[in-house]
Amino acid sequence: MLVQVLFYAFAAILVLAGLGVITSRNPVYSALSLVLCFFTSAVLWLLIEAEFLAIVLVLVYVGAVMVLFLFVVMMLDIHVEELRKGWTRYSWLGWIVTGVVIFELVGVVVTRRLGIDATRGAVPLPPDYSNTRELGVALFTRYAYAIEIAAMLLLVAIIAAIALTMRRRPGLKVQDVSAQVATRAAERVRLVKMPPEKRP
Amino acid sequence: MITLGHMLTLSAILFALSVAGMFINRRNVLLLLMCVELLLLAANFNFVAFARYLGQLDGQVFVFFVLTVAAAESAIGLAILVVLFRERRSIDVEELNKLRG
Repeated sequence: MLVQVLFYAFAAILVLAGLGVITSRNPVYSALSLVLCFFTSAVLWLLIEAEFLAIVLVLVYVGAVMVLFLFVVMMLDIHVEELRKGWTRYSWLGWIVTGVVIFELVGVVVTRRLGIDATRGAVPLPPDYSNTRELGVALFTRYAYAIEIAAMLLLVAIIAAIALTMRRRPGLKVQDVSAQVATRAAERVRLVKMPPEKRP
Repeated sequence: MITLGHMLTLSAILFALSVAGMFINRRNVLLLLMCVELLLLAANFNFVAFARYLGQLDGQVFVFFVLTVAAAESAIGLAILVVLFRERRSIDVEELNKLRG
């Protein structure tokens, strides 16, 4: 009973935060609503006992991706009002897609033709079950090659993001470290012999 | 007790919201990227729910890879967005017609 109450509460927060993402005027509010979405999703995943992915969602999404989004939102100087102009022109397409999604939803949940009974709960897990352990075993045995490809993909993404945004500004004052290291005392210090001055 | 139907309904609502967001904010690239993130979250909801209710862990492994691809996608997308803004001083989709001959 408590689990159900929690589910409905967090699902309501999730839907409201999703509405906030798509309707708020300021992109900073959209990004913060998206952060709230990820947090509540993590809670919901905890409720259906996918603990590791819930933590990964908070760490990776909220900790990395959304911080990146917030950086970019605050870095760019956007005029939101111009961008919102004429947004109702294609909304009929949106309603059609929404109708199709609702139709498919009803098809899955109401009919039982897929062989899935959507109205039953999950089989309870044994008390010493560790989601992290099982996921780790699966990742490093059956999916070992796939996870290496994923790692390569992240590496490529890092290099691509850096290569895209790197630029050399003309006239920027930076240190030339190799020139600094290669210098010698003879190039820097010049000793000048001077006769002593007479005191007045 | 949370049933599979609960989770599927929630994920379908999220999916519909993000698709609606794509049509509402269709000129703002930044919000389009955020809607893509929301869409992937809805898909991940389905994966996690089916993994739990069918007793197979492979769905959760797949969520792992979806997270990886989504992180890479948003990093590169935002990098392109920053370069684009530097070049055009605008992130309006309708003004991105430089390649249109």
